[in-house]
Amino acid sequence: MSIAEIQKQIEEEFSFFTDWMEKYEYLIELGKALAPFPEERKRPENLISGCQSRVWLAVDVRDGVVFFLADSDAVITKGIVSLLIRVFSGHTPQEILEADIAFIDQIGLKEHLSPTRANGLVSMIKQIKMYAVGLSVAGK
Amino acid sequence: MNAYILSLRDCFPALQQRVYGKPLVYLDNAATTQKPLPVLSLLAEMERGRNGNIHRAVHYLSAQCTELYESARKTICRFIGAEHEHEIIFTSGATAAINLVAFSFGEAFVKEGDVVLVGEAEHHSNILPWQLMCARKGARIRVLPIDDAGRLRIDLLPDLLDDGVRLVAVSHIGNVLGLVNPVKRVIEMAHERNIPVLIDGAQGVVHEHVNMLDLNCDFYVFSGHKLFGPTGTGILYGKEHWLEQMPPWQGGGDMIASVSFAGSTYASLPLKFEAGTPNFIGQSGLGAAIEFVSALDRGEVEAHLHLLTQKGMTLLQEVEGLTMFGTDADQKIPLFSFSVEGVHAADLATLLDKMGYAVRSGQMCAEPTLARFGQTSLLRASLAMYNTDEELECFVTALKKVISMLR
Ligand SMILES: Cc1ncc(COP(=O)(O)O)c(C=O)c1O
Repeated sequence: MSIAEIQKQIEEEFSFFTDWMEKYEYLIELGKALAPFPEERKRPENLISGCQSRVWLAVDVRDGVVFFLADSDAVITKGIVSLLIRVFSGHTPQEILEADIAFIDQIGLKEHLSPTRANGLVSMIKQIKMYAVGLSVAGK
Repeated sequence: MNAYILSLRDCFPALQQRVYGKPLVYLDNAATTQKPLPVLSLLAEMERGRNGNIHRAVHYLSAQCTELYESARKTICRFIGAEHEHEIIFTSGATAAINLVAFSFGEAFVKEGDVVLVGEAEHHSNILPWQLMCARKGARIRVLPIDDAGRLRIDLLPDLLDDGVRLVAVSHIGNVLGLVNPVKRVIEMAHERNIPVLIDGAQGVVHEHVNMLDLNCDFYVFSGHKLFGPTGTGILYGKEHWLEQMPPWQGGGDMIASVSFAGSTYASLPLKFEAGTPNFIGQSGLGAAIEFVSALDRGEVEAHLHLLTQKGMTLLQEVEGLTMFGTDADQKIPLFSFSVEGVHAADLATLLDKMGYAVRSGQMCAEPTLARFGQTSLLRASLAMYNTDEELECFVTALKKVISMLR
């Protein structure tokens, strides 16, 4: 599936929720279900600090395809992190660079990506794109 | 339902609003408070046209504004029981006031190797200015510790107050622990050794009745926006003899007696420390806020705040897995910072926000305080006189609900 298709899929999943409570319950579920982040990779260079919560992000490349691992100490942030990983993982650096992530807005979580939230998510997306820049430069 | 408090609420339009379609329950008063009608209407009136720069012109509007600004100074002087009006310096807030003292007192009195004694549970605004000053002067900070209940360890003062200490800086009430510190005792002990004391009253002036002559501190600072006044206003109170000896902090209009390129002479107090056009509209509004607060029935308000404190302590401590910080019940104000086992404060705040509750989460500009208790993020509910006990009860119910969602 392409990045755009995954985003569509997520938007559909969220369209079933009738109120904010269900949506957040789902995010919390996603957060709890996120694959564990290896303790040994919780190194300072993988830490993205926000004043509210912290996000860890690590990257693996296999056969030119990028996979992200992430974690957060706040479970709602972690739920959103898991959506971002689902969208970005399994694609080439070029695809990641070109991706426009509209789904966050579509499913009504835009406020979590506002720079005023200081929850590390904005920096996380920036970091994902930076990795992609680095990898695509290295690949050339 | 307390009828007095309900009528008080009516004076605060901000409290009538809804957020996400739900009635707002505003529990972030330690960060900033809402403003009552008399303040709002004075600000609007001045912005609309009762506006002329102060201390400068002979025209009608300038005279009107100068009068409002200077009468705010009188009101504040009376409110905090200072001896002289010229000991009241207008600043943009508590932070600016502390920076003013850190710079200006530092220039006059601090030298290499000296020590500034700072409380362990201070807001960053009462830490960073001293660090900057120490870096400039080659001085250093010494910490006055707190105990596990959050109380200042004044028993350690005899040892900590040695001859190297130039100044003591502690808060009247901390913004994380919500405990009234024994500042009077600190001041007495420091004065026995001729060491001056600055009290950060950002929270203290809101909850305690302060009187400078009685307290006898050398400096007292606070922000207007936490005291139901306008944002960008604040006060430095300083004893005349200190302020007289301190050099100006900033240069500009209004703070001079005469200026030439060969050298200038400065205005006397308080204008020496008020360079440039001050926020005269805001400070006049602060005067109005303090008149509003002074006209309240103090007995009613204090009894209500006391009730909120007791009720908050009881209800919150019954919440499973909740750990409160600042637990000395005798010194507590209705400001509750806590962690909940297995749940991140940011998640709690996010869900509570959706339900209409405005609370604070994170480090609350007091990293060292959190570090003292091994925490990186707390949730804080801070109540003001206009919060009802129903709001508090609903908050605790909502808190339990979001905890169960997150567990
Ligand atoms: C105890 C204390 N000191 C200082 C400050 C700083 O106040 P301001 O940011 O208004 O200058 C605050 C504000 O949160 C505070 O609570």
